Amino acid sequence: MNPSLIDYTLHLADNALIIGHRNSEWCGHGPVLEQDIAISNIALDFIGQARNFYQYAAELAGNNATEDTLAFLRDVPEYKNVLITELPNGDWAQTTLRQFLFSTYQYYFYQQLQNSSDTRLAAIAAKSLKEVTYHLRWSSEWVIRLGDGTEESKQRLLTAVDELWNFTGELFLPAAYETALMQEDIGVDLSIIREQWHQKVQEVFAEATIQIPEKSWAQQGGKTGIHTEHLGYILAEMQFLQRAYPGAEW
Amino acid sequence: MKQYIKKYYYGDYGEGKNGAADISTSGSSKQEWPLWEVFIRSKQGLDHKHVGSLHAADAQMAIENARDVYTRRNEGISIWVVESKYIHASNPDEADALYDPANDKAYRHPTFYDLPDELTHI
Amino acid sequence: MEKNLEQLFQEKIDKEIRIEPKDWMPEKYRQTLIRQISQHAHSEIVGMLPEGNWITRAPNLRRKAILLAKVQDEAGHGLYLYSAAETLGISRDEMYEQLHSGKAKYSSIFNYPTLSWADMGAIGWLVDGAAIMNQVPLCRTSYGPYARAMVRVCKEESFHQRQGFEILLTLSRGNEAQRRMAQDAINRWWWPSIMMFGPKDDESPNTIQSMKWKIKRFTNDELRQKFVDICAEQIKILNLTIPDPDLKWNEERGHYDFGAINWDEFWQVIAGNGPCNKQRLDARKKAWEDGKWVRDAASAYAAKRVARKEVKVA
Repeated sequence: MNPSLIDYTLHLADNALIIGHRNSEWCGHGPVLEQDIAISNIALDFIGQARNFYQYAAELAGNNATEDTLAFLRDVPEYKNVLITELPNGDWAQTTLRQFLFSTYQYYFYQQLQNSSDTRLAAIAAKSLKEVTYHLRWSSEWVIRLGDGTEESKQRLLTAVDELWNFTGELFLPAAYETALMQEDIGVDLSIIREQWHQKVQEVFAEATIQIPEKSWAQQGGKTGIHTEHLGYILAEMQFLQRAYPGAEW
Repeated sequence: MKQYIKKYYYGDYGEGKNGAADISTSGSSKQEWPLWEVFIRSKQGLDHKHVGSLHAADAQMAIENARDVYTRRNEGISIWVVESKYIHASNPDEADALYDPANDKAYRHPTFYDLPDELTHI
Repeated sequence: MEKNLEQLFQEKIDKEIRIEPKDWMPEKYRQTLIRQISQHAHSEIVGMLPEGNWITRAPNLRRKAILLAKVQDEAGHGLYLYSAAETLGISRDEMYEQLHSGKAKYSSIFNYPTLSWADMGAIGWLVDGAAIMNQVPLCRTSYGPYARAMVRVCKEESFHQRQGFEILLTLSRGNEAQRRMAQDAINRWWWPSIMMFGPKDDESPNTIQSMKWKIKRFTNDELRQKFVDICAEQIKILNLTIPDPDLKWNEERGHYDFGAINWDEFWQVIAGNGPCNKQRLDARKKAWEDGKWVRDAASAYAAKRVARKEVKVA
């Protein structure tokens, strides 16, 4: 058993579940019916990705672990998602910008991961990449629309950039399990992704008529279980039934 | 309470005070995203078929919305959208003039021809 | 002249020929349809809220995905129905306005709260069950766009009731607390579901006109009886009870008899005094108002793009 591989797989699963959870909060509250449906679709894609990764992690972990014990019975310090996924949705600008920044990252990430020497991870990445390609298209269009839309939408987008930017650096700072797996040709090389990510963001921001911020401080910790205050509330809500009725079937 | 009771069933709570449907204000507001008609090819080799409509700010968004709204269950492989205002429809009052003449042109249909059963591959 | 058109119209209806958007139709037919279709659409959209309430708390990943897909389907159904109503010359924004101002109603069942996970089961089984009972005949309704929208809705709806029953079945086979949860949900949702079929036939005289126009094809009481008969059998599989001491098989009628409906509660909820009327409407209004700047931005961007293209061409 390779403990780094379990951590790595959980990290990918947690990323997908938590951002999926956030997106699902929009369901029924979107700015227009068609977009309500769109963001719910994206949330569904993420829950699907999370399940694939959790199922694999459960097999690796053994000990009767299941996708649900991993999702519903781990506490905050055991969660390995990046911080940007757990931040509150904010307004539509913040949600779509977060989606764009994260989808760009996931897009290049899965592109590499589909060549992983771990065939299971490679297969999940290949399947997920199709979904992420659409998320990237959808979210970059929204960033452009809002940036080049009205004065108000531009202001809101700039505020969102300001709120989120400090949380993008963490995407490219490898945790120990990432470094270990990269050396085994299982994990991806984040330094390559960083370049690709930067270029794509620059491109889309240019079309959205906004600038990449100068600041470069990176909030980090999510990958190793040091989270923002928000994750505790997400888990309290998400895990409530499993915690209140231990061992029940649903 | 009797005065409320006019007509009611699922999705319909009667008219007047409890109803909607005052359409005197008809005509879309100017800020509303335009309406698009959606056509979907369900599989290679078939025609695009009208499936419904939706709102979108532009054509790109209309195609993406159509994908999310009308192909959630693998219903299609190709999408056309056209802004509804560009659809020109025939007038149903002229239906007789437009379609009846085709009614007696049975010779346009293959079953019109009486041919021997031995004849194949035709 | 007018009378002639109306006779022709009725002949078409009698011959089961669908009415299409540009066909002549009596003004009253048009208005009845707009009202019914838009209120049906509003019901789908407001109906997302009570179930949406449990998406983030679904007890496992499979249930979470199913519930999210289901609530999203309801958004889709609302959209199909709004589109059908739009063919009659009303815009979606106008319909929203009517909803938000309280002028248009929606199914009052959604003014009840979802208090436990078992409510997701009860809504699927009873509320969707009652809705399907109403909706299947609407697939043959006389107005073409409405009928087509309903065909699509019914096709997608079939999994909704099944997933609801499955939730209840799992709970009914679970531990004591889960069984209690399931029974409690059925207790709360049974009567509101029965009321979903509307007032008794002798109290809804306009049904006659709707039947003649084939907008509506069965009376409220016919559908309600059919629903009760089906549920009275299905509950046996759950080994739970329907909260009606008067529910029993009537050999002579070949149907189940059931107890008196509390119509006072029904009219109170419609009049705005249900437990969640304000909350539901506020949520819809907030989504709409908060979304305004987003919709405006997209329109502004689309206009800019068109303008740029024109400059390029010139």
